[in-house]
Amino acid sequence: MAFGSLERTKFVTAASELARNTLIHGKGGTVTIFEVEYNGRTGIKLVFADQGPGIADIERAMVDGYSTAKSMGLGLGGARRLVNEFDITSTVNVGTTVSITQWKRR
Amino acid sequence: MEQIPVLKLGDFLLVSIQVELHDELVLNLQDDLTSRIQRTHARGVLIDISALEIVDSFIGRTLGHIAAMARVLDATTVLVGMRPAVAITLVELGMSLKGIRTALDIDKGMALLRLSLDEASDETGVSPSSP
Repeated sequence: MAFGSLERTKFVTAASELARNTLIHGKGGTVTIFEVEYNGRTGIKLVFADQGPGIADIERAMVDGYSTAKSMGLGLGGARRLVNEFDITSTVNVGTTVSITQWKRR
Repeated sequence: MEQIPVLKLGDFLLVSIQVELHDELVLNLQDDLTSRIQRTHARGVLIDISALEIVDSFIGRTLGHIAAMARVLDATTVLVGMRPAVAITLVELGMSLKGIRTALDIDKGMALLRLSLDEASDETGVSPSSP
């Protein structure tokens, strides 16, 4: 699957931010890569999952500058701006799952 | 230890990053550059990132730290060759690399470094025109 250079840079950068979150905040986890298809469009979807402490206030965690670790907290909000679709679910003491999808331009 | 080569050219240090950076590599560069500035008394650092497709918040932040550390060590840093896709991504990410000078290419970056060196010598009054 081939993407343009801007889409590639944006998506890989978002993936890098989320992978760092999984590693640092989530204490490690998994990433699963899917090729997806919907209404004749194809895309790539990454799902980052951890069994870490979870996020109590997701809305607040999405705000730039908010971070519980020493990073600047650009991760979640920034990653959301870089991709076509962004989804996050988190339960305290259970873990966090973030998925991002980029659709190929037709 | 994996390292990015740092070349000395007159008063300046040149760094051309030809591989995608990861956390450890950019932290090694930070350590290496600061000690090289101290050892060589370099007055300027030029970092070419034209080969980089990915600059995430950690790498962007570390490049900003490198520029700040160089400043404290009396050297100016210029970041050159950023790809448009990287510029768009960094700004959308919320990182505008304030505090780090940029130029489009190596030539313009070198000109900027020479200019900052001239300004610095004017301010300290060591220009040859003083009586």
